[in-house]
Amino acid sequence: MEVDIVCVGFGPATGGFLTTLSKYLSGADGEAPAESRVMPGMPPQVLCYERADDISFGVSGLVTRGRSIKESFPDLDLSQIPMAHPVEEEQVLYLLDPHGASRRSPMLRNADRIIRALKAVLPYEEEAFRLPVIPPFLQKHGGMVLSLGQFNQWVGSQLMGSGTVQIWPGMPVRQALVEDGKVVGVRLVDQGTDKQGNPDTGFMPGMDLRAKLTVVGDGPVGPVSRRLDEEFGMPEGHHQRDWAIGMKMVVELPEGCDLKPGTVLHTFGYPEPEIFGFLYVYTEGLASLGIFVPSWMDSPVRTGYRYLQYWMQHPYLWRYLKGGTVRSWGAKSLQEAGKRGEPYLVGDGYARIGENSGSTNVLTGSGVDEAWATGVQLAEGVAQLYKEGKEFSKENLEAAYVQRRRESWVEKEGRVAEKARDGFQRSFVLGMIGMGLTGLSGGKLNLSGPVKKPHERIPSLEEYYKGKLTPEEIEVARNESAATGVGLNNLLLERCGWPKIEYDGKLLISQQDALLLGGKVQAPAGYADHVVFVRPELCEQCQAKVCIEACSGQAITPGENGGVPQFDREKCVHCGVCLWNCSQAREEGSERGNVEFVAGAGGLHSAEN
Amino acid sequence: MSSGFHIVVCGSLVPDPLQTLEPVQGPAGPALKNEMVLPAVLDPWAGHSLYEAANLAKNTEGSKVWLVSLGPKAKLQQLMMTIAQKVGFELVVLDGPAGGFTDSAEVAGALAGAIEKIDGLDKSKLLLFGGCSSASRDAGATMQMIGEHLGITDQFLGVDELTVQADGSLKILERIEGGQYQISSCKGAPAVLAWATGSLPEPPNNPQVGMANMRTIMPALQKAQPAKVGAEGVSFEKVEVPVQQRQTKIVRDIPVEEIAEEIVAWLKG
Repeated sequence: MEVDIVCVGFGPATGGFLTTLSKYLSGADGEAPAESRVMPGMPPQVLCYERADDISFGVSGLVTRGRSIKESFPDLDLSQIPMAHPVEEEQVLYLLDPHGASRRSPMLRNADRIIRALKAVLPYEEEAFRLPVIPPFLQKHGGMVLSLGQFNQWVGSQLMGSGTVQIWPGMPVRQALVEDGKVVGVRLVDQGTDKQGNPDTGFMPGMDLRAKLTVVGDGPVGPVSRRLDEEFGMPEGHHQRDWAIGMKMVVELPEGCDLKPGTVLHTFGYPEPEIFGFLYVYTEGLASLGIFVPSWMDSPVRTGYRYLQYWMQHPYLWRYLKGGTVRSWGAKSLQEAGKRGEPYLVGDGYARIGENSGSTNVLTGSGVDEAWATGVQLAEGVAQLYKEGKEFSKENLEAAYVQRRRESWVEKEGRVAEKARDGFQRSFVLGMIGMGLTGLSGGKLNLSGPVKKPHERIPSLEEYYKGKLTPEEIEVARNESAATGVGLNNLLLERCGWPKIEYDGKLLISQQDALLLGGKVQAPAGYADHVVFVRPELCEQCQAKVCIEACSGQAITPGENGGVPQFDREKCVHCGVCLWNCSQAREEGSERGNVEFVAGAGGLHSAEN
Repeated sequence: MSSGFHIVVCGSLVPDPLQTLEPVQGPAGPALKNEMVLPAVLDPWAGHSLYEAANLAKNTEGSKVWLVSLGPKAKLQQLMMTIAQKVGFELVVLDGPAGGFTDSAEVAGALAGAIEKIDGLDKSKLLLFGGCSSASRDAGATMQMIGEHLGITDQFLGVDELTVQADGSLKILERIEGGQYQISSCKGAPAVLAWATGSLPEPPNNPQVGMANMRTIMPALQKAQPAKVGAEGVSFEKVEVPVQQRQTKIVRDIPVEEIAEEIVAWLKG
């Protein structure tokens, strides 16, 4: 099948692209100003394929200044988008550790002591220190809190109402079609296969869609993006080594909770110093909350869900949350390399937009508006090329899209942020200092340094817990975990002084219940498994098996005799954390671990996120 | 049969049953809590009937399928993007509520009115398909009433299987109590068939089918007429959805017999 433009993935970047392009294609007088190059006489045929079973898929509560989004919708009425609300109040909180169990450095422990000693004169409340001033680069005032799922739904309905573009959910794109160095379209995934991808009942090979332009906006762990990077390489000095897993919930706040819609809380320092948290309050008593566990947190057992439960129960937050109810839950990777992770943005027949194109700003902690902006810039470029009657060649796309992007605020702010988090490679405190220096100096001052690949960072359990637990204690925990099925990190945390989680059946529930109550994974039959352990022998020799402990849906479990892990896609929420949390390099010197995350259907099914 | 069937499927969206559904008292009667933020799916009974319709049309030359949907236009747009990839049909849209607290008679009236207006529909060839429990809170009344409005008296309201015989007559299996089937035969169209389960699985997504459908779906959505359906005159004494019970336990290396015994003990309370 031939079309004019095919898009991969429907997120904010593609939303921005299609919104802008559809306005151009609608034309002022109802006549399309451009003609299809594959179906003469018709308007351009524009398709978007989204792997999830609904375009509302997404697990991101977010706060954004929304500069680019507001430009696209000058009359934006937030009341039309469920859960959306203007930002009314912002706070940044340093959370102290009420249990004394976290892995704080001596410097941080001293800081805690000083804060507690001076609490009468400091902005201190319930084991939390409120930053008296929020640095300008972090402020989101004038912006809005959104559920990305609801926002995507709303954008999707606007687009489909225009009748100019088509969006097809439930259809993963396997790869870009590359011929003689040009991208000429995409190939969809095979259907009617067994889990290994072999033809089975009702086999239908993935269809090829040839397109004049392929727009790749498949997000942080997008398989099409990664295959393009393999095909064309990365610009010199660029790499994608910074990641984080966002573990999030939408919560119905308890009755009587006095948090007002539009409240934005950001936290750092707890449950472990490396973990950041957020709470955004929506309308109708709903709130998004969650944590980010970064790749530079050197734990081989980084169980995000458990940390989320400790974070929620911090005294500062628990007084608001106690008695609340989980409405939805999920997880998502964030590609935090930002500008440093920027791939080749264009080539003959293709263009890259959004998170995987390096648009996320790790200094301001924002990515949705930036992703949207890159989509808008590409659409403006495409409209220009249509007007000029030019082909979608690398040269023309450079001039029409990349040039726009280079001159925009996304590029300018991305450059400022490029080295903002390098200090975290050394320690949490240096990381915070580095961020502050970068932000306040507009990027002139940094604590820059080399960034390790995630798999190079991951130590053994014995190294990580040195001084806290003996190798013998760890071995006992290992055996107990193997015998009982209780996650190893849960056992180790409790041995380090973290309290047991007392389930309340509403907000504090087991991870499996979170999957049932709030996750609702849909895994249609007839597709190949999308998590693949590439070289089994590497898994067999691997001691750490971070993929199992880090798996957001507990979809990866120990294999036979501790060998290759098992994958159960009925539980996979498609967060992609396994992709970057593997401790085994695929080959000597490789940027990649032993886990491959290929295109797959299904995933988390919940719009309330 | 060379002349084929004109199959009209009544099917629309419902709040995804996998979500937490909680009834609340709204200003206009009962509603679902946070209904606007709940994702929607095709009513599963209507889904069965749509797949059966597509299959029947494919195997009966000269047939055509229409899908008549009543629901909020914005949500229907998204739903159509999902189901339009699966089977070929022409869409007729009524823009109205979908919360599940509308009166079956009003829904039936609106749908029948929309079916009457379908251009080119030959009632002598009409097979009216729908879900046996759709839009009736499981009362199974809606399809029967649409049939009455349209003057179709051959009605089968719990269909699991439909076979077109060599002479063009229909052999229909309807489920009755105790796993038994009632077998009926009917001369042919027009007839009402409200499907219980059918036997066809959900078809895979097919981009080419989607592209073909979209040429008629977008204009249909844009032309959607508002439908005033509600529950006027109906008062709800009490509204509740079944309480979900979940007690998850992860077990490993336990014999199947032990697991079974434990489940039986749990069931016995």
